[in-house]
This record gives sequence, structure tokens and C-alpha cells, in this order.
Amino acid sequence: MCLAIPMRVISIAGHLAQVEEAGVKREARIDLVEGVAVGDYVIVHAGVAIERLDPHEAQETLRLFSEMLSGTPEPATEP
Amino acid sequence: MERLSQLRNPDLLRRLAGAVRAMAVPACTLMEVCGTHTVAIARHGLRQALPAGVRLISGPGCPVCVTPQDQIDHFIALGGIDDVTLATFGDMLRVPGSQCSLEQARAAGADVRLVYSPMDAVTLADHLPARQVVFFGIGFETTAPAVALALTEATQRGLRNFSVLCAHKLIPPAMSALLDSDLNVDGFLCPGHVSVIIGSDAYRPIARRGKPCVVAGFEPADILRAVQLLLSQIAEGRAEVESEYSRAVRPQGNERARALLERVFQVCDARWRGIGAIPGSGLALADEFIDFDAARRFTVDLPPAEEPSGCRCGDVLRGLIDPPECPLFGVACTPAAPVGACMVSSEGACQAHYRYRGSEVTL
Amino acid sequence: MADLIAEVFAARLGTGDPPGDDAAQLDAAGRLAFTTDAFVVDPIFFPGGDIGRLAICGTVNDLATAGAKPLAISAGFILEEGLPIADLERIVGSMAQTAQEAGVRVITGDTKVVPRGKADRLYICTSGVGQIAEGVTISGANARPGDVVLVSGPVGDHGLAVLSQREGFQFESDIISDCAPLAEMVQDLLAAVPGVHVLRDPTRGGLATALNEIALQSQVEIEISESMVPVQPSVAAACELLGLDPLYAANEGKMVAIVQPEESMAALAVLRAHTHGADAAVIGAVAGRSQGRVLLQTALGSHRILGRHVGEQMPRIC
Repeated sequence: MCLAIPMRVISIAGHLAQVEEAGVKREARIDLVEGVAVGDYVIVHAGVAIERLDPHEAQETLRLFSEMLSGTPEPATEP
Repeated sequence: MERLSQLRNPDLLRRLAGAVRAMAVPACTLMEVCGTHTVAIARHGLRQALPAGVRLISGPGCPVCVTPQDQIDHFIALGGIDDVTLATFGDMLRVPGSQCSLEQARAAGADVRLVYSPMDAVTLADHLPARQVVFFGIGFETTAPAVALALTEATQRGLRNFSVLCAHKLIPPAMSALLDSDLNVDGFLCPGHVSVIIGSDAYRPIARRGKPCVVAGFEPADILRAVQLLLSQIAEGRAEVESEYSRAVRPQGNERARALLERVFQVCDARWRGIGAIPGSGLALADEFIDFDAARRFTVDLPPAEEPSGCRCGDVLRGLIDPPECPLFGVACTPAAPVGACMVSSEGACQAHYRYRGSEVTL
Repeated sequence: MADLIAEVFAARLGTGDPPGDDAAQLDAAGRLAFTTDAFVVDPIFFPGGDIGRLAICGTVNDLATAGAKPLAISAGFILEEGLPIADLERIVGSMAQTAQEAGVRVITGDTKVVPRGKADRLYICTSGVGQIAEGVTISGANARPGDVVLVSGPVGDHGLAVLSQREGFQFESDIISDCAPLAEMVQDLLAAVPGVHVLRDPTRGGLATALNEIALQSQVEIEISESMVPVQPSVAAACELLGLDPLYAANEGKMVAIVQPEESMAALAVLRAHTHGADAAVIGAVAGRSQGRVLLQTALGSHRILGRHVGEQMPRIC
């Protein structure tokens, strides 16, 4: 229902941005996201950016998963 | 984000799957309400990570599956009008109406164009001034803002040859309606990108009814982690809204998108295929944009909508049965020769089950 | 019409053998492979190739799946009235170049022009004849439990390259069709690994469909590992954007090879030594006898069915 992938903003012209992921480039409307800057990652659905990926939260998510990988116990895990 | 590819580390996934499988939880039923989750779960075999006694069922999260037959017929019928060009997402191409599908209508001469973005449909209208371009507005809260943008764009360009057949639907009212019905579900995996728009706070009323809600992203790691959080809540007797997808979802959602939705659409009652009428669960065009309503711009003769007999899509969509429990599944109803919407749609629970788990053997 | 044939075709493909006759003549001994194909790709020019190159590669590769060295190709053209001569010249030139690359000649052909609207620019129909060396028996029915499954490189390039040009899905990328003639690579493989059981080119319907066909023909279960199937990052990204699965996207320069386990490393080395097989990989194995099924092991170690696809993949937003 909601296919959308994070893509990096490589240029902006008004309401339109060129976004890119692994060499695949498309145009996306960015009017729904405030303060998009070149270098930001936005989540693109049907040609429209619906949100900016929060780098701090993304980092936290990665940190959490990296802890899981290293075996740090998670409170939710029961034997 | 290159670093997000770390989420696909097979060691991480195996460890996460192992942790989930080892959880001590009472027998319970979880429901996901997003077609993209349906596909991701089936594609990655995520059910095999569930602890014994935990069931994960699909709900009405597939927009194609819940679009009523008569709305599909309506869109196809518009294609029979001279000078009309239909523009639609690829998802709709093979969905059968009462008499034929869009694909078959195209083969018979209708001008049907596939688009990736509703903006492409507006551009099409701009380039084809002699044609009337009608776009099929299906999808939930993730997609409606894109359609809303397309309508504001069409207004700005002064296009008189663009219109939308509006069939958008809203997820939280459907979740409430399911809880009002005879559904037995212990927690919801909430749709990541719908939640980007509406915000995780939107599920508070569901949590207040005693059902834990966890918003999940779409990577296998996201889904497994969200299941882990959901099962923890159930094991601990909590019913809260949590978000696993914090890198994209805010409690209040995307306020610009929501403001745009409020400007371009108005909430209305809507019929969900297989479920029936759910109050306040649909979107219609607001007065300011009513001229773009294809249902008003054109008159068509519609055949009476015929629901296929024996089809139990409604029960599948409401989570009452699993696809193989429908007598037609895998026998009269297959992806090659589908009967109901759940088998037609690439996000339908029946097609996902058939394609990734087989017609007989449950993997 | 005679002028057209002379100027465009003969100048690039030669005049047939013997020249001017309606039927070409060949000398051949031993077992022959014979294939026929029709090419209707849209658009006719795409990143990495065109319908002409595709026609030669497709025919040569079909012959290669029988382990055959291509001897000769015939080509019939159905041209829509109004097709620009420059386009035809470019396509026929591309065929000539590809034929030379593949070490095969187009020795006979035919051309018809149909009224505007009765064909989509042009269609090409080919047949190909190839020589199978003594002792070579390759067939989709020959897969045996324990055999190793290899693919000669990353999948999905051609399908996505073509799709990127279609109306409604335009996206820029560096994805180009992998369209390539593989006869030489296959001959190298057979020289080093005489006991190849199955060769298949995963064209329409992609790797998943090809594996399903083999599983059915051989009545076996094939198991592959998703993380072992090579996919270029750009193809993976485009598939995610459009909701497609690279395992079902077409390939025009890839070969699936199923070989005895003791020969699998040798096979891999030979493929990798060839330009068109540089990224070859082992992707799975033949698990056992069955009604014909393909299983995919996912990244987290679970299994699911990899079915034969139903119809053309449609890009999704949902």
C-alpha cells in the first residue's frame, strides 16, 4: 500500500527535487516536507516526498540493531 | 542511506528472528493492516520467526482489495467515453470489474495509461489538451497527499481536462470498525507510511480500547523488531502506542500533508469491499475542488455490480479466516485465474499466501 | 522493395548463401540444435541495446542452452509502413555487429511491409541452427538431486533497462541491458566441465521462471539463497522504487547452469574468467525429487516458495 524508499536529495528547484538512490534518479515534489536541503534523505512515495528521514533517529535505530547483533541483552527477550 | 543497508545484515536478521521465536508469550493473534507489510512478511518468511501460538493475520490494508466492485466498474466505464484517457497506478491494471479488467478494456481499445505518480497524470493532461484525463484515486493516507498535490497543481495550471475518481480510504476508522465486529485480535502492527502522514498518536484510541499498537517500518528487521515490541506489550499486559519506525514517523505525523488533505478532501462515509459501510472512513473532494470530481463531470451507465459467488474475500479482509480456509483458494481462485480482489491484488492476502506459501503446503 | 533489401540488409548482413537463392544451404554433421524466436520489444532502442542486437543474442543464447555452437541464423522482418529508414539501418547494423561478435552469420531472411498501425514499428522473427558436439547432452530435464545451481551474473538488468524507458516509469539510472551473446562462454564452460546438466537463459519471467521450468521438467525441488543471487545496487533500488522483484525481471545476457557438485567450482571459475560471466555466482542446489518446486531461503534463514510469475510484473505504488 505504501511503497516508499529513502532517497538522497541531489538538487532542488523550487518545489521539485532530483532524488537519487544507488544511481537511480527521479524527480520528486518536496512541498510536503519543510526545509529540505541538498544531502537530506527523504522518503519518496508515488513521486512525492512524504517525510525527511531523521538522521538522529536513524542513527538510534542502527545503534539499537547493532547492540542486538553484538548480543547485548534486550529486556524483551525471554528464554 | 548507505548505512541503512546494515538493517539487511543476515546475522542481524537471524539473531532478531531467534529472539522473537524464543519469546515466552501467551497464544495470541496479531493483525497487520498494510498491504506492503503483507507482502514484506510473506516475501521474507517472517512468520517462521513467530513463537508457537502466535498468529499474524492480514487485515484490510490492501487498497485494491477494499475498493468496491462498483467503483472499479465506474472507472472502467469512464474509459468507454470518447476522448477519455484513464490514468492509474499499475496496481489496478488487472483487477477485474464485473465485466472486464482495465487491462482487457485497454486491449479492446480503451486508452489506459499507467503512471507511477499522480503528478504524471497531471502532466499527461497538460500534454493532451484534446483528451480528458481521469485519474483513479485509490490508496490510503500515504497516497492521498500525493493526489491532493496533483489537484492543486492541476488548479494552478488551469487544467480543465483533468479529473479524479476519488476512492481513497482511511485506516484508523477501519481498525475501529474491526474491533467493533467479531474480530479477535490482540494487537496491531501499524502501517509505517500511513503513520508518516497521520502520526503515531492516531492509534491512541485503539490502544485505549486495550489493544497494543506498534508502528513498523518495512525492512524485515523493522517488522521483526515491531513484532518483538508488540509481543512484549502483550506479555506484560500493556496496551500502548509505540513506534519502531521513529526515523520517519512522528507522533503528530506530517502536518503539512495533513493540512493539505484537509484542504483538498473532506471525510465521508465509505464502503469497503467485503466489509461494508464504515462511517467516516473515506475521502471525497472538498467543495473547492469539486470540479475535478470525475463522478460529477461524466455520466456513465453502470452495470449492476456482481460479487463473485463463493468468494470469501470479506472474511479474509476482516481477518476472520486465513486464505486457505476459503473454499475457492488455490482451486477455483488462483493468481492466474483470480475470483476475488484478495487474489488479484499483488498485496492481497490470498495472492501473497499463494505465491509465497503455496497452495497446499504451509511453509 | 528490392532496393530496400539491397541497400539496408545486404549491405550489412550479406547476400545470403548462395547469394540470391530463396533458401540458404549449410554443411553440417552430427546433432543439430534448432530454435525459433520472435522479437517485439518496446521500445526498440533501449539503454544497452536494441531489438536487432536482442534478436541475435536471443537466438544464439537459445542455441547455447543446448550446448550448441551457433552455425547460422535466419531473420524475418515485419516492418510498419513509415518506419524511418535510419532506424532500420541502425537496427540491421546492430544485428550485423552482434552476429560478428557471436561468431555466427545471418544467411537468409525475408522482409514484409505492413500498413501503418498493423505492427508496432518492427518485429523480427529468427530461427537459428547450431552444432552440438558429440557427447553433449544438456536439457532442462537433466537436473539431479545434489547438483549445484549457478548464474552467470547479476539479474534484472534488461527488464529494468527497458522499463526505465516506458511511459509513466521514466527514471534515470545507469542500468543498461545485459544483452550479450553467450555461445563462446558456454563453449568455454563445456570444454572445462563436460558434465553440465542444464543450461537455461532466464529471459522473460526472469530467474524465478527459468528455475521453475527446470524444476518441473526435471521433477525436482530447487533451493536457492536470496542473499547469494547477484543483483546490481541500481537494479535493486529501481525495483524497490517501483515495487518489482528482480528475480522476475528479464535477462538477455545471462545463463543459469546446473552442474554436478564436484564440478561446480571449476564451472564457476570458467564463467568468471569470461567477460560475460565475471560476476557469476553459486546460488543454490537441487534439493531432491518433487513435483517441481523452487524454494527461496530468505536472508533470515526462513524459506518461502519462489513461484512462477503470473503475467508481466506491473510497477506498484501499493
